[in-house]
Amino acid sequence: MLIWVIRRDLLLAMRRQADVLTTLFFFIIVVSLFPLGVGPEMNTLRIMAPGIVWVAALLASMLSLGRMFSNDYLDGTLEQILLSPTSLSLLVLGKMFSHWLITGVPLVLMAPVLGIQYDLPFSALAVLTLSLLLGTPILSLIGAIGAALTLGLRGGGVLVSLLVLPLYIPVLIFGAGAVEASVAGLGFDAHFSLLGAFLLVSLVFAPWATAASLRISME
Amino acid sequence: MNWNSWSEFFSMGGYGFYVWGSYLVSVICIAGEIWLLSNRWRTLQKSLGQRVESTIREKKNEATS
Amino acid sequence: MSINWYKYASPASFYFLAGKMIWYFSIAAAVLLIAGLYIGFFVAPTDFQQGEAYRIIFIHVPVAWMSMFLYVVMAFWAGIGLAFNTRLSSMVATAIAPTGAMFTFLALWTGAWWGKPMWGAWWVWDARLTSELILLFLYIGFMSLQAAIDDPRRADKAGAIIALVGVVNIPIIYFSVQWWNTLHQGASVSITQSPKMATAMLAGMLIMSLAAWMYSIAMILKRTRAIILERERHTTWVAELKGTKR
Repeated sequence: MLIWVIRRDLLLAMRRQADVLTTLFFFIIVVSLFPLGVGPEMNTLRIMAPGIVWVAALLASMLSLGRMFSNDYLDGTLEQILLSPTSLSLLVLGKMFSHWLITGVPLVLMAPVLGIQYDLPFSALAVLTLSLLLGTPILSLIGAIGAALTLGLRGGGVLVSLLVLPLYIPVLIFGAGAVEASVAGLGFDAHFSLLGAFLLVSLVFAPWATAASLRISME
Repeated sequence: MNWNSWSEFFSMGGYGFYVWGSYLVSVICIAGEIWLLSNRWRTLQKSLGQRVESTIREKKNEATS
Repeated sequence: MSINWYKYASPASFYFLAGKMIWYFSIAAAVLLIAGLYIGFFVAPTDFQQGEAYRIIFIHVPVAWMSMFLYVVMAFWAGIGLAFNTRLSSMVATAIAPTGAMFTFLALWTGAWWGKPMWGAWWVWDARLTSELILLFLYIGFMSLQAAIDDPRRADKAGAIIALVGVVNIPIIYFSVQWWNTLHQGASVSITQSPKMATAMLAGMLIMSLAAWMYSIAMILKRTRAIILERERHTTWVAELKGTKR
């Protein structure tokens, strides 16, 4: 059942490649706009790079949250899923995983290329990619709660940002912090352990909270 | 007693702008909340009163007709 | 003799009880406010370090305490409403949010106006200030979510989930902001030093906190009453209530 949900979501995403590409291009454009606003001074850009890439990743992953449940909600699949005997939390976990595959993984793959624009050293590029690899699943997990709560509401897209962005702050701090520490030549193990801890905690709680939110929204 | 005159009280040892600035906004916010809530209460009472009166009138009309 | 507390869990009986109690809490708030301001401005001595500017403490600390405390209370009642399906506790949670958000805003505002003369900056990215700002975002998120949902019961439950998620996250956010702040030390000013306070200062602060507490209770009761009337306007007891009064 879990694999069925993931495969179905991936298949739908392949049919609508434009959606996936929009998120990715949004990420690329936001990151590329910053030097135009701040100025081409490489030393400043190198300091700002981790924060910029991470904030852009937060926004990009948030943009695609609306699609997580709304298509299934509109065509009635969600109702069927709610009625099915399989645990809803497990199915929700599948949806989170496919959301991460569709939006998170492209960001992770794109990040090193964008890091080069900011003249990050190779070690920092590796840390940036790894931190995004650890951090983007958390964004999908937490974001799903907001997506489920705002399901079918007017202006849900803006509302989801209000609900979800404050909750993303710890991920931003430690994700960007890891890269900054590596640029400064300090250890970044602690950042990674904390990101890993967040990932585990949200892996336990987020599917459950999202399932409860979906039940409330579908009543 | 801390103050010898009113002007001394208002100047707050040179920090009057900051002290009164923060207290003034606090007063505005609290008064604003009270005003908004009592406004909400009053419109609610009014609309409820009208609703009850209209149902009474309807019942009377039903009885007479 | 035992009081039947369950009686007050129904919106109708709460409505009447709250109507009586609002006056006591309002009067207590007014009396405590006057006493607290008198002690704060006329009894408490001038601070030898900060001069008269420290008198902002009498409004700043009470509203900051209340802002954090009210969020926890709000999440608690919202959670009770979600778990036991009690309408009244969800209504109380909804009623708490605006007062809590106002106190959070005031804590930020008075903090800025205290920070400017003391640290030379309206805003510093200190862990406490940043967390307070995020708390304001959480309040606003809770209120906007509830405002966007038309069905009141769905609004109650959805709000409860976001409030509970927020309450779990507040310690994590505070901890991470503090870590972040120590990493970037330099521009920030430490406000952890707490010199020994004169008894009068402490007394003024505590009395003002009590006043803020009484004020919050009065406002929450009043707002809960309004919410009860709005939601139960089609029930017979509300109709009877207006019928007898007029």
